[in-house]
Amino acid sequence: METGSPHDTGTAATGGPAAPGGEEPGWIALPPGLLRMRRLLLVVWLGLLTLATALVPGLLAGPGWAAFALLPLALLVWGWVMLERNWRSWRYAERADDLLISRGVLWREETVVPYGRMQLVEVTSGPVERHFGLASVQLHTAAAATDATVPGLDPAEAERLRDRLTELGEARSAGL
Amino acid sequence: MTAPGVHEDVRDRPPVTERRLHPVTPLRRAWAPVAVLIGWALHDPDQAQRQLTRLTTTSLLIGLAVLLPAAALYGFLTWWFTHFAVTASELRIRTGLLFRRTAHIRLERIQAIDVTQPLLARVAGVAKLRLDVIGTDKKDELAFLGAGEARALRAELLARAAGFAPETAHEVGEAPSREMLRVPPGVLAVSLLLTGATWGWLLGAAVMVPLLWTATHSLWTVLAAAVPLFGAAGASSVGRFVAEYDWTLGESPDGLRIDHGLLDRAHETVPPGRVQTVRLIEPLLWRRRGWVRVELDVAGSSNSLLLPVAPRELAESVVARVLPGVSVPPREALVPPPRRARWCVPVWWRGYGLAVTDAVFAARHGLLRRSLSLVPHAKVQSVRLVQGPWQRARGVADVHVDTGANKSVTARLRDAGEAAALLRSQAERSRTGRRDARPDRWMT
Repeated sequence: METGSPHDTGTAATGGPAAPGGEEPGWIALPPGLLRMRRLLLVVWLGLLTLATALVPGLLAGPGWAAFALLPLALLVWGWVMLERNWRSWRYAERADDLLISRGVLWREETVVPYGRMQLVEVTSGPVERHFGLASVQLHTAAAATDATVPGLDPAEAERLRDRLTELGEARSAGL
Repeated sequence: MTAPGVHEDVRDRPPVTERRLHPVTPLRRAWAPVAVLIGWALHDPDQAQRQLTRLTTTSLLIGLAVLLPAAALYGFLTWWFTHFAVTASELRIRTGLLFRRTAHIRLERIQAIDVTQPLLARVAGVAKLRLDVIGTDKKDELAFLGAGEARALRAELLARAAGFAPETAHEVGEAPSREMLRVPPGVLAVSLLLTGATWGWLLGAAVMVPLLWTATHSLWTVLAAAVPLFGAAGASSVGRFVAEYDWTLGESPDGLRIDHGLLDRAHETVPPGRVQTVRLIEPLLWRRRGWVRVELDVAGSSNSLLLPVAPRELAESVVARVLPGVSVPPREALVPPPRRARWCVPVWWRGYGLAVTDAVFAARHGLLRRSLSLVPHAKVQSVRLVQGPWQRARGVADVHVDTGANKSVTARLRDAGEAAALLRSQAERSRTGRRDARPDRWMT
C-alpha cells in the first residue's frame, strides 16, 4: 500500500526481532526493562513475606516453625522463572496493514488489529513504570473485546508506535 | 469531515427552531414522587404500615395538598426546560432543571431509530422517540411527542441522516415501506409453547414447591420460591407473546422497519449497513417444523430481535436483505472441528462448525439449541487466536472475531494450523471487505 515498510522499527528493539524468515512478520520483543521491574516487585513483596513468615512463627512458636518461610521462597523462585517466560512470550509486529500482538505461555493469545479499525491509541505510564522508564501502548477499537496492549515499552518507542499507529489509522480509517 | 463547508455554514446558518415536547409529558414526570413513595413502602413494609396507622385523614389531605402540586410543578418545570432542535447535521436536546445538559447527536452516526408507544401513551396519542447512537445514554430520548409528530420527526431525521438537503428534508416525508414478513399470532404462540425455557421454569416450580412445602410447611417460604419461578415462566411465554405479537418486518430505503407489540407498540428502524452480526437460532423443538429465530446486533442499540419465528428459507432471504451480498451457508458447508477436539469439549464438540465465504464469517455452536452467527467481514474490528495448554496438546485453537456491537463470534476448536491461517486471512478480509461498504449517508 502507499505507506512505507513496517520494518523501520530501529530504536528500542532491544530484544531483537525473532526469526524474520520468509513471510513471518518482523517480530519485535519487549525491552528487558519490564522484566527487571516485575522481578524487582516480586522480590520486594515476596522477600518481605518470606521475612515475615520466618520471623513471626520463628519467634513466637520456636525456630522449627520458621520453615514456613520456604513456601514464599519457593514461590519467589518459581515466579522469577515464570516472569521471564512470560516476558519472552510478549512480542508485536507492525505489518503493512495491521498490528500483531502475540503473548502468553500456557494460554497463548495472538491479536490482529487492522490499522483502519483503531479508534484511539493510548500511551499510559504509572508511577512505578515511570520510575523504570517504561510505558504501555493500548489500542482501542469499536469492539470492547479487543484487548490489544503492548506493555513495558521504552517511552520513546511507545511514542513512535503511537504516532505511527495514529498516522496509519488516519490513512486507512474506517468506521464501524 | 465537513471541514470545507464549515465557514459557509457558520455565516448563513438558518436559525435553529427549538421545539418542546408534547404537553402530556408533565403527567409522566408527575409519577416520580408517587413511585418513590411506593418504592419506599415496598422496601420497608413494616415501617410503612406503622406510619400509615398514625396518619389521620387531615394529615393525609395536607400531605396530598403539598405533594400533588409539588409533583405537578416538577413535571411542568422539566417539560418547560426541555427543548430539542434538528439542525442540518445534528439533533440537539437541551434539558435539565438544576443541572443543564445539552446533547448533540450526529445524524450520520445514527444506528437505529425507535418510535415506541407504551399502552398509556397509546391512549393519550403520544409516542416516544429514541435514537441509538454509540455512546448515548437513555436520557437522549424524546418522550413524549404527538404520535404523528414522532413519525414525521423520524422521517425527517432519517432523510437528513441519509444525506438529503436540509431544505427538502422535511418534505421528503416517510419513505415507502414494503412489507417483507408478518408473523401470524398462531405461529408465534406455537413457537413459544415449543420453547424449552417456559417448561423449564414450570418444571422447576413443580419440583420446588412440594419439596419446600414438605421441608418447611411455611407458606411464605413456598410463596417466595414459587412467585419468581412462575413469574419467569410467565415472562418467557406470555410476556414474549405480548411483546412479539404482530411482528412485522418491512423494507424501505431508510432501512429495516420492525413493528411489533400487542399492548406497547414499537416501531424500530435500522438504517442500511448498521447490522454488525446476525444470529440464526434453532431450538431443538423447532427443528421438525424448520423454524428459526433471527437475532441481530447493532452497535449502541439494545434491540436484538429481527424475527421471533420464521421458516428457515424465509429467514435466510431476510438475512440476505439485511446483510447485502451475504447468503447463509448451508449446513453441509459448515466444517466441524477435527475429531481429536472431542478431548477438549467431550460431546458438544460436534455442535461447532465454521464456514468462511467471501462475504461472511459464519460460526455455529450448540448441539440441541443450534445457533449460527454471521459476521460480515467489513464489520470485523479485530481478530484473536486463543489457545490453552490442553488445546495445544490436542493441536486445536479458538479464533475470536470481535465486532463493534461488543459481541465476539468464536470459531471454537479449529485445527491449529487452520486457525493460524484463519487469523491472517480474516484480518486481510476484514480490511478489504471494508472497501465496498456503503457510506454512512446512504443516499449520497
